[in-house]
Amino acid sequence: MGDISDEMRAETRAAAVAAAARTRRYGSWYVAEHRFRVMRSYAQTVLFTAVGSPLVYLYAMGVGLASLVDGNLGDDAVDGVSYLAFLAPALLASSAIAVASEEFTYPIMLGFKWNPTFFGMNASSIQPGQIINGLVISVAARMLVTCTIFYVFMLAFGAVPGRLGFVAVPVALVTGLAFGVLVMAYTATLKDDTGQLAMVQRFVILPMTLFSGTFFPLDVLPPYLQWIGWVSPLWHGTELSRVFAYGLSEPIWLSLVHVLYLAALLAIGWVWARRLATRRLNK
Amino acid sequence: MPATVIATQNLVKSYPVKNSKDFVAVDGISFEVAPGESFGLLGPNGAGKSTTMRMIGAVSTRTSGDLDVLGLDPNRYGPEIRSQLGVVPQENNLDMELKVRENLLVYGRYFGLPRARVARRADELLEFAQLADKAGAKVDDLSGGMKRRLTIARALINDPRILLLDEPTTGLDPQARHILWDRLFRLKEQGTTLLLTTHYMDEAEQLCDRLVVVDKGRIMAEGSPVDLIRRYSSREVLEVRFGSTQNAEVAGRIQSYGERVDVLPDRILVYSDSGENELERMTAAGLHPITSLVRRSSLEDVFLRLTGRNLIE
Repeated sequence: MGDISDEMRAETRAAAVAAAARTRRYGSWYVAEHRFRVMRSYAQTVLFTAVGSPLVYLYAMGVGLASLVDGNLGDDAVDGVSYLAFLAPALLASSAIAVASEEFTYPIMLGFKWNPTFFGMNASSIQPGQIINGLVISVAARMLVTCTIFYVFMLAFGAVPGRLGFVAVPVALVTGLAFGVLVMAYTATLKDDTGQLAMVQRFVILPMTLFSGTFFPLDVLPPYLQWIGWVSPLWHGTELSRVFAYGLSEPIWLSLVHVLYLAALLAIGWVWARRLATRRLNK
Repeated sequence: MPATVIATQNLVKSYPVKNSKDFVAVDGISFEVAPGESFGLLGPNGAGKSTTMRMIGAVSTRTSGDLDVLGLDPNRYGPEIRSQLGVVPQENNLDMELKVRENLLVYGRYFGLPRARVARRADELLEFAQLADKAGAKVDDLSGGMKRRLTIARALINDPRILLLDEPTTGLDPQARHILWDRLFRLKEQGTTLLLTTHYMDEAEQLCDRLVVVDKGRIMAEGSPVDLIRRYSSREVLEVRFGSTQNAEVAGRIQSYGERVDVLPDRILVYSDSGENELERMTAAGLHPITSLVRRSSLEDVFLRLTGRNLIE
């Protein structure tokens, strides 16, 4: 009797192990699949902003503001290139940051709290870390679409003198994600949103966009403000993009620092977010 | 199938509390559930039922004790165990951003099931949950009862061996509850193992083959509903009201009635084989209650007997 029971137990176990094998391997993609399905419901907004924002920014800043800058300083206004060429890589990286600040804030709050779908996922074979991975995958996909469209507009505006300019797209992607995973981790710590997410928008993302060498080189700022650029993933991403977009001359070690800094933020934020998700979902 | 699908032995879950002793939510619970059985955890809010369910559902790590679900230890085999479970949580976590049928499709994919199979199963389950005509509706537009049925359908998408139901009918109106019970009874007939928590005694009596009465993280009693009622209560209960000012005084005079008398602030309960006989005896003694009710004894009485408190407070 005991033997039969043991045998059947082994069978049950084997069935369970087999049933969970696919999710163990592909669970992150299943979560991403869910996110894509949700994104489909606001696909129009995604595309509209992806097409609309490069048009708006490139016209307003790259053409409008540029005519002032170039008019005063000549065609090699900043860094030896036109203002449009200087500005465009920064706007591209900012567009990645904008996607990150949208997708890694309220949707995270939603999944943990307002419509706790993450708890639903976690009750299936999916694990908390896979939920975080799936979110990163899906946002990366949206970011890639947004940045690629942006880059096509940059080409159309004649804003990319360098032959390796397309490298700015993956750089923007890494920049957006490096910043995004940190925001996601922070959001995962919030029990309630009593305005914190709006504060992040106003006091982190906005100043970061303004003081990261986006609209003017970092070194025109007084030294006591330059640190904002040094800690800002946007500055590191933008400078690296400029190297490829128009051959910004900076020491190679500095380019390496950009890469390492972004990679470090990405790794830290990702691991931190996975830990927080595990703690929050497996009480 | 193994002789038991769930076995807990001295299961404990405690949470650290700042500057104080740990809060012990589950305090040494032991029980076993056989395949195909319908097993209940009955107890008031805060008894530790949901925490127990989460540990069995492999989404909460036990503090100590042994836990075996389908021959596996949840600490090591979380995804494996969850692949064999269907979970109906207390708090609705259907995806409000997706349509009714989409909720099932997406959930099936979490188990790595092929799309075609999930689609087929989703249609069957919408039929079963009586939601076929709502397939394209927004979740938000469903009634409370429909949302619950959709959650049950979702929990069945992976053909689970065990269905965990945490307070399945809390917050539903009586009619919606009955529809839900009918669906659950169907599953029981088909041999699905059910584990449910409830603080409704009628729910436990309708659905559970066997149950444990839980209070403050401990098991107070275990048995079938009928068995528990026989052991801890009487066949019938006579409930009388003499008005809140008179209750205590009258209570003294009828203390010897029936097998036992419980004096509550507003009611007196007389446990007896025949409530009618006790009422006649009362009237003969010149006591005339304002209202009187003779009813079958229920698990509520068992709980009152075991803990001295009511289930719903």
